Order: sequence, then C-alpha cells, then structure tokens
Amino acid sequence: MVETPLETPIETFPIHKDSYTSGQTRKFPPHRIVLILIGLALIASAVFFMRWNWLPDYGDLILHGLWRTLWILVVTVILGFLLAVPLGLAQAAGPAILAVPARIFCTIIRGTPLLLQLWLLYYGLGSLFPQYPWIRSSELWPYLRQAWPYAVLALTLSYAGYEGEVMRGAFAGVPKGQLESARAFGMRRFTIFRRIWLPQAIHRALPTLAGEAVLQLKSTPLVATITVVDLYSVASRVRQDTFITYEPLLLLAAGYLVITGIIVFLFRRLEKLIPSKLG
Amino acid sequence: MADASIAPAAIAGMFDLLSPSPPGWGGNLLRGLLNSLQIAFGAFGMGLLIGTVGAYGKLYGGPVVRDIAAIYTTIVRAVPELVLILLLYYAGTDLINRILEGIGYQRVDISGLVAGIVVLGFVQGAYATEVLRGAIKAIPQGEIEAARAYGMSPTLMMRRITLPAMLPHALPGLANLWLISTKDTALLAVVGFSELTLVTRQAAGTTKAYFLFFIAAGALYLLITLFSNVILAKVEKWARRGMPSVKEAR
Repeated sequence: MVETPLETPIETFPIHKDSYTSGQTRKFPPHRIVLILIGLALIASAVFFMRWNWLPDYGDLILHGLWRTLWILVVTVILGFLLAVPLGLAQAAGPAILAVPARIFCTIIRGTPLLLQLWLLYYGLGSLFPQYPWIRSSELWPYLRQAWPYAVLALTLSYAGYEGEVMRGAFAGVPKGQLESARAFGMRRFTIFRRIWLPQAIHRALPTLAGEAVLQLKSTPLVATITVVDLYSVASRVRQDTFITYEPLLLLAAGYLVITGIIVFLFRRLEKLIPSKLG
Repeated sequence: MADASIAPAAIAGMFDLLSPSPPGWGGNLLRGLLNSLQIAFGAFGMGLLIGTVGAYGKLYGGPVVRDIAAIYTTIVRAVPELVLILLLYYAGTDLINRILEGIGYQRVDISGLVAGIVVLGFVQGAYATEVLRGAIKAIPQGEIEAARAYGMSPTLMMRRITLPAMLPHALPGLANLWLISTKDTALLAVVGFSELTLVTRQAAGTTKAYFLFFIAAGALYLLITLFSNVILAKVEKWARRGMPSVKEAR
C-alpha cells in the first residue's frame, strides 16, 4: 500500500470522527446494547428452533476435525514461513540466479488458485507416483498414499509464496544504516542476518503475518476436497448423513470466527512483546 | 518424468487433448475460463458497489449503521469463503424459493452464474469496504470540507471530489481484490458450477492426463493475473497523474 501522509483534519465537523474516537470513550451506548440483544436473540432462536440433535453423535468427529484443522494450520504456517525467509531474502538481496527463480515461484503461487494447486499435487502427483515401483516399495509409500501430505505440501507452498513476497518487502525495508553499523561492529554475515536483519524484518512483517495466518486458516477447508477430514468436512458429512444443511454450516462459521479471534489475539500478544516506538 | 514417457508422439497427443475441437478439451477449458471471467467481473463489480456503500456507512453513517457495517466486514473476513459460499448458495436459493412459494409463484432455478456472482460479490464487498474506507480517509480532508463549503450535494461531492480523489489510494488494494476475485471463482467448483477449475478436473479425470490439464489451467489463470497486472499498472499510473511518484514521496 502507498503510504500517504495524512493531513491532520480540523475538528470543525464531526465527520472526521471514526469509530475509534467515539467508541473508545463509551463502549456500550444504548444502540449497541440493543444490537447485542438482537444478536443474543438470534443465537437463542437458532439454538431453540433449529435441529441440533445430531450434535452428540458427531462430537468426536468434530473434535477430530478441529484438531486436524489446527494441526494443518500450525504446521503449514511454520513450514511456509521457514520457506518464505530464504524466498524473501533471495528476492531482496540475492544474486539474480536466486532472485529470478524465487520471483517466478512467488508469481506462479500467487497467480493461480490454491484449489488448482491442491488438485494438481493430489491428482497429478498421486497418479504419477504409483507408476514407479521404487516409490511403491519405499518406506514413504504408506504416507504418500494418504491425502494429508499433499494437503500440507500445497498449503505450505502457498503460504511460502504469499509470505515470500511479504518478507521481501520486510527485508528491503530494514534501514541500511542498521546493517552497516552491524558490519562496522565486525559481525559476520550470518550473525548480522541472525541478530539484526531477520528480527527487524519479522517485526516489520508481523501485522501482515497475522493477516496471512488468518487467510491460511480460511484456506484450510479446501483440503476437504481431497478427502482430508478437517473441521469443514465434518459439516459436509453431517449434511450427507442427515440432510441437515444450515446448522452444521452455521456452527462451522462460528467455529472459524472463534479460531480467527484466537489467532488475532495471539499475534497481538506477540507484537506487544517487541518494544516499538511510534515515529 | 525422467524415463522416455514423453516421446514426440506423446507430445503430439498432448496437443490433441488440448485442441479446441471436440476430441480435445481445449474448447471446454476456454468456456470454463469465460464463465470464470464473467463471475470474476460480476463479483468484483458487485463488491465495489457494496464496498462504496459500506465505506460511506462506516465513515459517515449513524452509530447503528457503523456497527452493522463493522459486523458485516468482521464476520465475512473471518469465515472461510468456502463456508460462506455454501451457506449463501444453499440458504440464498432456498430462501428465495420459499419467499416465491409464499407469495404464490413457482419455484425458480437460480442459475449458477447469478448465484456465484452474488455470493462472491457479497464476500468481495467486505474487503472492498475496508479498502475504500482507508482510501477515503487518505484524501486530504480539506478537499472534502471545501466541497462542502461550496454547497455541493452529497452525491455531487461523491462524484466530483471523493471518488476521483480516493482512486489513487484505493487502486493498489482494489487491484489485489480483483486478483483475489479471479482466483476465488475456483471455489465455485465445490458447489458444482462449471468454471475453469471444475472443467479442468473433469477433463483430467476423463483423460487421466492430470498434469497436462491442471498445468494448462494454471497457465490460463496466470495469464489472467499477468495481463491484469499490466492493465492495472496503466490504470494506476493514470489515476496517480500529477501526483508525486511513490519513490519520490518516500
């Protein structure tokens, strides 16, 4: 985004007041209480008038799916980030022989839908591997026959592609003077990277990282299309078994809302750990 | 792929599979691409409309309007698109049919195209609201006050001042949204709308040439993205005319 200097508005009309300024002083004005009551009434009517008798039967499956979703999310975010650091570094400061492939990778990942990448890996590789006897006889074969390695691979690559672009900007945004003074201290290149460059780049990228983590959470239901049993696929299972459509989907939406809230909260805690001075 | 599976004959066979006439699946792919593009355009346009209304509601609306807009953007941006698509797709068509039956009309089949545009547009609207809100706030507020002082009506001010002035600030975000919109059309494959990804999967499943078709479809999506990037860069240059370039401003 282009950062344009905001002209300080003259407070003559109340039009400049955003929800921040007015909402901070009084958090519960009357209209908001009414809205909350309406919301509670909606939830209560959903609880009482919709069918929830399927819930106990699927409790275990829901927990299982929730676990699988969180597991995939955490693993792909961590692996993707580890992959994104070299991708970003190569694009920000690497020689052309590294920067060009990194840029091509990021462009391809960001330019095609994740669903297509997932299906390419699952159906494509999945149809290719059985043709080779040495793969079939290898120790990895029991894993390669399952769907989740492909899901993890596709989501990791996708996260790395998007995050590589973010990290490129973050690495490039670290002031040159920081690196120069580190060199003046006689630090070795790897030490500079570990102590100065990477921490500052991560600090710069943290708000974006939080957003990308939420986006990654929102991508996880796609793995249900390749038969991985995650939270989302439980809802489709309920629909197929009992022909109840809305209740599982509503519950699912609420579940994702809660997980998103937790992610945002965790990243905010993480951001607060790092002292920063507002310029 | 190290063995001799890709012989010249096999390569010729590949092009036969991709040829636009019936034995090949190229025609189907292109029709799917056209469907995807239609939905992407429709959804983006609808998202812009919702976004403009939402941004104005968030900035200038009363307290209730603001809260409702905040609830809309928060929920839509926190729940996976796939879940929203399923919810709105089923619930939306069901609701419309129930209302129609209630008034005494017959049930209608809502075409996948319209449903897809509405559903994705609803999702895009939430993101567009945030982009446009930020862009309107980035306009030097003196311009808006001056317009007010001239006695412009709100619509005239919007048309002459706010929208043109916010465009350069909004364009990077809107360009991003357009690219998301083209890629989100792939999600409609899950509800069975025959856009590019679903057509590709059908073609690949029938011919067993998974890599060929998925890579071909990926290349089509990539072409859309790259082509859009060129156009969007031109549009941004036009919208930012007369403004200092980004590099100088730094």
